[in-house]
Amino acid sequence: MKNCEYQQIDPRALRTSTTRTSSTLPCGRKNSQRLRKKWEIFPGKNRFYCDGRIMLARQCGVLPLTIVLIVITSGLFFTFDCPFLVRHLTIFIPVIGGVLFVFVIFTLLQTSFTDPGILPRALPDEAADIERHIDNSGSSTYRPPPRTKEILINDQVVKLKYCFTCKMFRPPRTSHCSLCDNCVERFDHHCPWVGNCVGKRNYRFFYAFIVSLAFLTSFIFGCVITHLILESQKAGGIIQAIQNMPASIVELVICFFSIWSILGLSGFHTYLVASNLTTNEDIKGSWSSKRGEDSGNPYTYNNIFTNCCAVLCGPMPPSLIDRRGFLPPDDAPQTVTSDAELPPFMAKNDTNMEENCQDFALSCTA
Amino acid sequence: MISAPRTATDRTKLPYCHESFHNLQELRHSASLANKVFIQRDYTDGTICKFQTKFPSELDSRIERTLFEDTVKTLNNYYAEAEKIGGQSYLEGCLACLTVYLIFLCIETRYEKVLKKISRYIQEQNEKIYAPRGLLITDPLERGMRVIEISVYEDRGSSGSSSGSSTTSSSGR
Repeated sequence: MKNCEYQQIDPRALRTSTTRTSSTLPCGRKNSQRLRKKWEIFPGKNRFYCDGRIMLARQCGVLPLTIVLIVITSGLFFTFDCPFLVRHLTIFIPVIGGVLFVFVIFTLLQTSFTDPGILPRALPDEAADIERHIDNSGSSTYRPPPRTKEILINDQVVKLKYCFTCKMFRPPRTSHCSLCDNCVERFDHHCPWVGNCVGKRNYRFFYAFIVSLAFLTSFIFGCVITHLILESQKAGGIIQAIQNMPASIVELVICFFSIWSILGLSGFHTYLVASNLTTNEDIKGSWSSKRGEDSGNPYTYNNIFTNCCAVLCGPMPPSLIDRRGFLPPDDAPQTVTSDAELPPFMAKNDTNMEENCQDFALSCTA
Repeated sequence: MISAPRTATDRTKLPYCHESFHNLQELRHSASLANKVFIQRDYTDGTICKFQTKFPSELDSRIERTLFEDTVKTLNNYYAEAEKIGGQSYLEGCLACLTVYLIFLCIETRYEKVLKKISRYIQEQNEKIYAPRGLLITDPLERGMRVIEISVYEDRGSSGSSSGSSTTSSSGR
């Protein structure tokens, strides 16, 4: 049912009146411009592929190097070491290696291509509402000092900082990544090896990646050492063995240098998972006992097993940025700009359409 | 089809509640948006999704306090259910780990199912309770789970409304 005055509004009249403000319309298939998706106007420094299904940080760092190193090392292992070891030991060696390799690659790609928990920026209305609540002085010409809000979480005082880029108070454990220019929930760190931030949504993938990579490198290292020993027994001397298997030496060198860092990182992140901390909090010492007797991590469940389960097996939150959603056809991109002059509760397009509605209504009932 | 009222006073009693969701879109376009009220998150229990149940003063004249609090409390319960760490979430997590997390591409997680329930609940609340009072709740998911945005509309026909509608409504419509 429409009101009498609105019943008679021809939708086509509305559409023609809004074509000057917007060129993308939901039912205007006669309009040759296609509907845009939200990822196309995403304000952060990210890259999107496959129509928004895959996302990466704009600076993907050394992700290609990571992939190349893993693939080359594993490739050499399967090509040169596995046949020898299958003959002399067991068929399970390539099987285990294969499983680990698949795990490593899949978890790496998932860490890199998943939205880490990016918070969409505040829309102008929301930003204006927040500004109203905190800015009592009424002065808008100078940039106010950094704003914080203190809240109590589990009887612990936590400061929420205001993000000037995203125009909102950051939720607890959220941090703004300067490389990606996004606020990320439960921000851990920006990892150049995976080319993405590690946050709430992809931390479990990242942890699985480094743990499985630690197993893979240790496994390959062990197998290559075994191969070297068996070969030296066969060839009569270790020098001869080394000369016989140059590819395996390459693997050995790569694994030897990776193992220290990967094992160390896995151990460190296991500690973080068990105490429900993030790298960011650990580095800043947010909850260290040096800060005061009362400060402790308010997010921990005080039980290692529960912490691990909560972090790694907890429910998977949805992506908040809705990158494949369609943009509303009659709105301009509603990202917050620093010079937004629009009145807070009425976008320009709405005003035009309203006036046209009213004019048309007046004319049809006059 | 109900014939529309012709006088200003009758228009204030528009039977929105008989309408379908399609007309909530009409509400957005036909009535003028006066104000937006934002219900912020409540972090006292940690980072779980929970909204403040404090009744905003801007809604004082528009809706009863109990109705509003019920809505927010129900939403909080839904979110708590979605984020509950228990048997089912562990099972999902372990299964996901064993399948190299590929299972997230195939099945709908419990969180997603609850989000759909929330969306249906908000739609129903809008149709039954909020639209008749000239209010509209936006799903927090569309606002990054930061706020519950309640749009306050002023009826075009109601005289004396000082915000938004700029043209005369008394010109014999």
